[in-house]
Amino acid sequence: MEGIDVDAPGTTQLLMGNEAIARGALEAGLGFTAQYPGTPSSEILSALAAVAKKMNFHAEWSVNEIVAVEAAAGASFAGIPALSAMKQNGVNVASDFLVNLGMTGSGSGGLVLVTGDDPSAISSSNEEDSRWICKWMDMPLLEPSTAQEAKDMTRWAFEVSRIVENACFVRETTRLAHTRGKVVLGDLPKERKTAYFPDVWNMCNPTKSQFTSGPFGILHHKLHERLKKIVPVFEDSEFNEYVGPEKPELLVITSGVCSLYCMEAVTLLGAEDRIGVFKLGTTWPLPEKLLRTQLERTQTILFAEEIDAFTEGNVMELAASLWADLKPITFLGKRSGHIPSWGAVSTDMMATTMAGILNVEYSSAGRTAAYDEGLSTAAKMVPPRAINLCPGCPHRGTYWSIKNALTIDGRHGLVAGDIGCYSLGFIGAGFFQERTMHCMGAGIGVANGLGNLREFGFDQPVLALAGDSTFYHACIPAMVNGVYNRSNFIFVIVDNSATAMTGFQPHPGVGRAATGEPAPIVDMEALCRALGARVEVCDPFDIERTTSMLLSLMADEGGGARVLIMRRICELVRARRDKSRPYTMRVNPDLCAGDACGCNRLCIRLFGCPGLIWDQETGRAQIDEAICTGCGLCADICPQKAIEREAA
Amino acid sequence: MKEPAKEPLNLIIGGVGGQGNVLMSLLVGRALVARGYVASVGDTYGVSQRGGPVASHIRISKDRSYGPLIPRGHADIIVTLEPVEALRLLAELGNPGTMIIANSRPVYPPDVSSGKATYPELKDLFGALGEYSAKSTLVHATEAALELGDPIYTNIIMLGALLGADVVPLDREAMVEVLADRFKGPALERNKVALDKGFDLVQQP
Repeated sequence: MEGIDVDAPGTTQLLMGNEAIARGALEAGLGFTAQYPGTPSSEILSALAAVAKKMNFHAEWSVNEIVAVEAAAGASFAGIPALSAMKQNGVNVASDFLVNLGMTGSGSGGLVLVTGDDPSAISSSNEEDSRWICKWMDMPLLEPSTAQEAKDMTRWAFEVSRIVENACFVRETTRLAHTRGKVVLGDLPKERKTAYFPDVWNMCNPTKSQFTSGPFGILHHKLHERLKKIVPVFEDSEFNEYVGPEKPELLVITSGVCSLYCMEAVTLLGAEDRIGVFKLGTTWPLPEKLLRTQLERTQTILFAEEIDAFTEGNVMELAASLWADLKPITFLGKRSGHIPSWGAVSTDMMATTMAGILNVEYSSAGRTAAYDEGLSTAAKMVPPRAINLCPGCPHRGTYWSIKNALTIDGRHGLVAGDIGCYSLGFIGAGFFQERTMHCMGAGIGVANGLGNLREFGFDQPVLALAGDSTFYHACIPAMVNGVYNRSNFIFVIVDNSATAMTGFQPHPGVGRAATGEPAPIVDMEALCRALGARVEVCDPFDIERTTSMLLSLMADEGGGARVLIMRRICELVRARRDKSRPYTMRVNPDLCAGDACGCNRLCIRLFGCPGLIWDQETGRAQIDEAICTGCGLCADICPQKAIEREAA
Repeated sequence: MKEPAKEPLNLIIGGVGGQGNVLMSLLVGRALVARGYVASVGDTYGVSQRGGPVASHIRISKDRSYGPLIPRGHADIIVTLEPVEALRLLAELGNPGTMIIANSRPVYPPDVSSGKATYPELKDLFGALGEYSAKSTLVHATEAALELGDPIYTNIIMLGALLGADVVPLDREAMVEVLADRFKGPALERNKVALDKGFDLVQQP
């Protein structure tokens, strides 16, 4: 039996870190979960939503992270165990609520927040360590290192939250979130809670019946006091573990998946008798007594953690407060330059760093210099595989029309971009059209400013571009602002009816809830019209009409905030639904002039759909049958009309 | 089924996004855990939904949790659904003792089509794979899948080839059990045929 809802305590499953977190929440009696998709944490809600109906709890894709966290907190106020997961950027979005929640406290249900940080920004617009919010707002922080710990810590986090009456954070990084590991299941609770918002005013403990962030003087003090209650619990936690000799030459203090890298590096170096590894699972607040015993072990300490020197700085602060009692210690880590302050950590990095500190050799298994040199020369024949928009992607059509329209307009117009698959507009896949990219909703925000510079002679057309899910998440206030303050921009909404980048999760525009049940549709077109904006709708695959529509919108001087909805379903979603191709495509070899055309392989080099390939033998373009989705778009871009579509 | 040759045994399953290597590794991981091993399966990929290099790192141990990624030079077995990806992974993670099992059918990157890059001659590619590994076996899995009626079976054929090579502590029965958890009825039967096809292909000289 596979699945996070299997009621068989003691049995094992292979679960992804995210699934293990979901399972841990179920074991804690989860009643409410709300989330906005974001890599690497999306699968937590996907897994929970899949069993929510059957297990009778609430699971929703919320419109954004602050609403999700507020909703989950609301459930906790009424006594229902609640969880909200997000990626690092989501913590930023939710932060204003969280700094207030610290004052009011969370409810008796317990509130667990999961943050999925993305070292090396594998699928993110930025790299960021979200753990700081826990120190900032006195929230306890747990960092699992394996799928098993992800489950066990999440389950425990609800208890921690109830003790400190504040949200408890569980921090995962990409490698934990997306790695499957062996998990021994625990029991699922059988009793069911009743939701009730306490209405009895109790002067002795007002937070029980009121969750208001004032009077701050008292509440801020109480917040600090509440956090202290968890320290003795953390001192005894089984999630903190030391492995190594009593007095090691080098002590490594580590957390999360880095602890596995460190343990393996010690094995690879055969240095078990020289290096000790202290894995800290409860990273904030620090279990100070336990850490003091670690600090007393040695005089050389190396920190290994992903992204910022968070624990490194915290432990050094602690050491400073104990300086009179400790022997001198050399601290090594990100501050000393032994570990980079950016990017993911690896076993190789740890083994190399430890070898350098101990002054021993480390070389990869059996790889001699001669082998390395020969293989790296041979590997030069491996061609790169550049990232690209998918074959049949509607965004390719949208960017093609934007590029054409801005070129014809000639005033050096630009696109302020946003976060989604269409972010690839900043590279060749989107013809380098995206000129700004920050957080979700930032494109239209930046356009608000650029669109109000008339007094300074600014006449470049300003386009903001965002996806449908991003529109609901973060663009509506900026759209209202643009109308109200008469900013001059065109807001292009690339509506592909899905949160495509993160795995096709539904949103308020698609008519389906997280659980798969029907949901009301929030009509973005009607919403924008209600704001008083001019709203047009085009098909990204109709290049001619889209280009002339963009030119017409740009010519509408003083048109204020205008909206162009580019509507076509994500090709991956369509292909799954229809299981067929709209067209059969072919390149007519009599019409394709090859390199003699003068187009410089426009369809392949510039348009760049992966379904178009170059036939080296005939020197002509060709359709790759295995990759082409039959969307038909490329037929409209060939100057020779050599690409032909035939209804399939 | 034999004991893992070393501790940990490090297996890579690679390919190009969309080829089905993630499902392959999930099945291998589940079968290993069902047989009592501590296994972890870490997927690596870029931001592209389709077309980028994808590799799953599988770490097989009797009793210990290892990090999600195989350290440089420590891959024992590399299985790929695309031949040039085998060399890409060997260069990063292989050593002279690594065993390679690769599907022989290339998937050309867009940069090759546009003329910005070239795909190596297959004889050069296969030569390099042989020279820098202990053993390199090519499997015509895509062709075999097309014979079965759909290229979608390529990954299960390669899974059969991995079992047939007898380098992981799993037998046919273990894999059929996890396939039966995933597929039912005629789909299960077709996947069993694909599994056996791969098993036979790798054992032919």
